Amino acid sequence: MTAAQTLVEVLRDPARAMAIDLTRWTELLTVARAETLAGTLAHRLEGLAVPDAVAKALAEARIDAAEARRTALWEANRIAKALRPLAHPVVLLKGTAFAAAGLAAGQGRGIGDCDILLPKPMLDHAEKLLVDAGWQWIKSDPYDDLYYRRWMHELPPLIHAERGRMVDVHHTILPLTARQKPDAQALIADAVPLDGGLAVLDHADMIVHAAAHLFADGELAGGLRNLWDIHALIEERGLEGLEARAARHGLSSTVDRALRLSHALYGTSVPRRCRHLTTTDRLYRRRLMARDGWGRERHTALRTAFYIRSHLIRMPLPLLSRHLWIKWRKGKAASASG
Amino acid sequence: MKHQITLGVGPVSFRIGSDWHGPIAALDALYHDYPRPGFADYSVRLEAISPWRRWIRPSIRVRGDYWLPDASPLPRAQGLLAAEMGMNLQVALGHRRHLLIHAAVVARGDRAILMSGVSGAGKSTLALMLSQRGWRFLGDEFAMIDPETGWVHPFPRPVSLKNESLELIPDEYRVGPLLAGTPKGDVRHVAPPTAAIAAMDEPARPALLVFPRFGFPSALGGLAASETFVRLTQASTNYVAMGEAGFRTLVRLRGRIPAVALDYPDGATGVAAVEALWDAL
Repeated sequence: MTAAQTLVEVLRDPARAMAIDLTRWTELLTVARAETLAGTLAHRLEGLAVPDAVAKALAEARIDAAEARRTALWEANRIAKALRPLAHPVVLLKGTAFAAAGLAAGQGRGIGDCDILLPKPMLDHAEKLLVDAGWQWIKSDPYDDLYYRRWMHELPPLIHAERGRMVDVHHTILPLTARQKPDAQALIADAVPLDGGLAVLDHADMIVHAAAHLFADGELAGGLRNLWDIHALIEERGLEGLEARAARHGLSSTVDRALRLSHALYGTSVPRRCRHLTTTDRLYRRRLMARDGWGRERHTALRTAFYIRSHLIRMPLPLLSRHLWIKWRKGKAASASG
Repeated sequence: MKHQITLGVGPVSFRIGSDWHGPIAALDALYHDYPRPGFADYSVRLEAISPWRRWIRPSIRVRGDYWLPDASPLPRAQGLLAAEMGMNLQVALGHRRHLLIHAAVVARGDRAILMSGVSGAGKSTLALMLSQRGWRFLGDEFAMIDPETGWVHPFPRPVSLKNESLELIPDEYRVGPLLAGTPKGDVRHVAPPTAAIAAMDEPARPALLVFPRFGFPSALGGLAASETFVRLTQASTNYVAMGEAGFRTLVRLRGRIPAVALDYPDGATGVAAVEALWDAL
């Protein structure tokens, strides 16, 4: 059994951790860190009688997660304050949303950037308010900037000058170039308000977004964590309304794939039709598990294939060709001058 | 990986894997007296920057549970340095059990002096010289302060001495190979005395905080509590990441022990000044 398989098995059934020897624990911790699942693992194993040295390392992962949660919630608070003139709730996405809503998916989870969703007509105003409040653009390159504004589902990333934390301001959950067109207005209209000018997506939309993020917008790096998000959301609050909601956003097949893989890896309770993997799913599973006990990525060819796929699904081929051509020329120019 | 070793140093354990035998053999020799635990808190990888660079102009990339993307690769001959850098980085970025302060630490009995300073302030050399005069060596890189007790935990890694400090290495100490032409100049690692390694699970109570500065005319100055606090936050790699526990630990440390800034022109004068401060406590 590979270290990634052990990680998945132990997340699924923490009691299995009792049978692990010390050498294996080292590998498990390394692969969990590489997949940003160390805090989640530590929470799952809390209270179990693991070896003393391991318990100390897991306690550290819990300290990290608690700190990640505290800083993420503070950042959300600062963003809401800066955006108060919009008079519209700031819809939190992903990790910050799980933490703010007190969901099981947020327990032990690492949280990086703060992702928020706002109605598209408000984006210009929001950007101005954030810049006035101390956020700065990271992408100084005019092509990158233009690319974001024309084709992406978010503003170019902004970083806070003092706190060094990033905010990604989205107006929908997939790039505009992607084939599927989620209903952004419905996402925002049905968001659940929280205190402090914040809101989170409706439960079914959270799952749809997590699935879209995992399978329709990326190369599946760190996918075990994103799939765990889906598993934890479903185990805590079920599947009610998910099928209809996925259909509304044009993401039924994406959500079904998420359910099949989540069931196969983590044993998630899913509808009968999602309890068997297709041949393509097996490639996805292999990609998700492509990491060894030293934290190194494995299966280079498969990873490359998924990397290429991630670009193809994000934009039509002519646009992709143009994008890669410009990027390549810029890369050459940069290496010649630097 | 093809070659590997685990090492226990104070409260931390490492697993180092390598594409080559050389760096592991060098670690095995230098860390002769340290335990080889079954479990490792952190993993470090010394890997070839590409498959063929394992053989042709071998070049080491340092990776691990925690790493910095912009770290430059090192030639294979400097494998020991690469491993030491990797281990340092794991602790600096990952450790949360103790508040970490960039400092060398020596102790008499269970009372310790923390000597905090930037690279080049001479803290390693001072610690090594004091270890020859009956002081227990607790480490020259990180003072590990226990948030519960406020005591400093030993982390007695080998000392890396550079350039003009190399001549100060005592004869009876275990040393690594001379690494010439590294990014830090000529470097040699020196293992602490066996007694210091044997006592690496025995913490000590901080009693004096010194901010040494090498290469200046002798001068001694007291430090206001506020300045001590700011200097310590700057010298800590995990103060922010530790959150409230880090703040409480630092406030307690600053409040309990005297702090002085010490300028000294050479090692012998520095050692004498530190011992005079100690005697006056």
